[in-house]
Amino acid sequence: MTAPNRSAAPWVRYGAVVVLCLLPAMVMTWQLNTGQLGPDPAKYLMQGTGEWSLRVLMLVLLAAPLAQRGWHVLFRYRRLLGLTVFAYACLHLLLFAQVYVGWDPVILLEELSERPYIIAGFSAWLLLLPLALTSSDAARRYLGRRWRQLHRLVYPAAVLMWLHIVWLVRSDLGEAVVYAVAITGLLVWRVRRYRKQARRSLRYPL
Amino acid sequence: MKKRIYTDPTIASSDITPEAVFLNRRSLIQASAGAMSIAAGLPSISAASAESPPLQALTFRADADRSLADEQTPYEAVTSYNNFYEFGTDKSDPARHAHAMTTDPWTVKVGGLVEEPGELHVEDLLRGFDLEERIYRFRCVEAWSMVVPWIGFPLSALLQRFSPREEGRFVEFKTLYRKREMRGTRSFTSIIDWPYREGLRLDEAMHPLAFLAVGLYGKTLPNQNGAPLRLVVPWKYGFKSIKSIVEINVTDKQPRTSWQMLQPREYGFYANVNPDVDHPRWSQRFERRLPSSIFNPNRVPTLPFNGYAEQVAGLYEGMDLAQFY
Repeated sequence: MTAPNRSAAPWVRYGAVVVLCLLPAMVMTWQLNTGQLGPDPAKYLMQGTGEWSLRVLMLVLLAAPLAQRGWHVLFRYRRLLGLTVFAYACLHLLLFAQVYVGWDPVILLEELSERPYIIAGFSAWLLLLPLALTSSDAARRYLGRRWRQLHRLVYPAAVLMWLHIVWLVRSDLGEAVVYAVAITGLLVWRVRRYRKQARRSLRYPL
Repeated sequence: MKKRIYTDPTIASSDITPEAVFLNRRSLIQASAGAMSIAAGLPSISAASAESPPLQALTFRADADRSLADEQTPYEAVTSYNNFYEFGTDKSDPARHAHAMTTDPWTVKVGGLVEEPGELHVEDLLRGFDLEERIYRFRCVEAWSMVVPWIGFPLSALLQRFSPREEGRFVEFKTLYRKREMRGTRSFTSIIDWPYREGLRLDEAMHPLAFLAVGLYGKTLPNQNGAPLRLVVPWKYGFKSIKSIVEINVTDKQPRTSWQMLQPREYGFYANVNPDVDHPRWSQRFERRLPSSIFNPNRVPTLPFNGYAEQVAGLYEGMDLAQFY
């Protein structure tokens, strides 16, 4: 049993996490409005939104392993974090459509068919879309067992996001290596636990 | 009535803000604000002002027949958004760190397959040639572009002075490489094999559009733009327009160029602006004319040879431009 809860009301804590999730976007907006991003801000914003989508995804994948070790913080807000991943991915995609594609379907098709890293990135977003749409309690109840199966799409999404940055970066692969280690570790943890499923009851859903 | 001239005896002439700092005040402030927001060290504005040499006004013939309808890119953007990896790989690094480069005295060695090899110094560059203004489109391979009023003289004027020999087929250029003044070259992650090298075919170099710039917007070049002498080849991607030149050699073999050596699949020797030949990682069909914003990206279609096809397409007749990119 956990100790009696003396911390702030749930909505205060939830609000605080919402603010934290929005913080990178707020900082980027402030930088944009004060001219700190220079005459070509799109590039920095694309990088920033993409980076934060991937970083928060790492937190989402960390939630279950940490909860098993007794730290439930990430798990409690996992849905919010997941939606944050999707939100930054949407901003990333919108920027791309606005600045690089100019909302031109011909150009979009060209980019999607000729550049592997864009295929990877766009596919990742497509996989996240149904997850965002079925993130509500009602959807979870409606889908039942299939909800968990559907939300396993986060794993291929993570791999596709990693491929997206690996195929895009031209010189500094250091960051890509760090993410590779993190994603691999987090996925291996799940594979191991899947194998143990038969032997013990599942306390923390995947 | 006597005309009164205002003087303030408490202001010494050494107190006057150097013009370079005054003109770059917004980018300098942004640079320090930007550094604050990423919790990096604050670059000192006073240090920059103490070391930036003042820019000289130049006398030149204004651009009459080459005036572009395109709007010129604001001076602040031209001088604060640069790729000059010798000073760091961020676009704001050159404006922040290039002041460390000494541009006077400066020697440009001209040699190789020429009848009279020799040297040019700063005075020769600023006063030894008839200066003219050229308003050129500048297209970076990264798909952004600017319109810049350069001041200088044709490359052909310099080469003719040294009489290239008959066997000469190419011209190679080298940038200054001074480790202690160029912090980007000291970084262990610096990817370029210094000094920065570029080259042109001799007929490209002798073309009237090929330009050596000593200034922009009416004054000498700020360090971050390649002071005191840089090349401007407007029909090619910007990385061909080598900055801070110290050596020019006429050769008979195609010279190795820095970006081609680094990533030959992405950067070729010719690097002609071509909307039909994509960079492996992004399309070259469009470019962002700076300044570009999110709601007004200023996306314009890229023109073959950056809009100079009429003047230069003839140089490449019969060449497969997809093969010789």
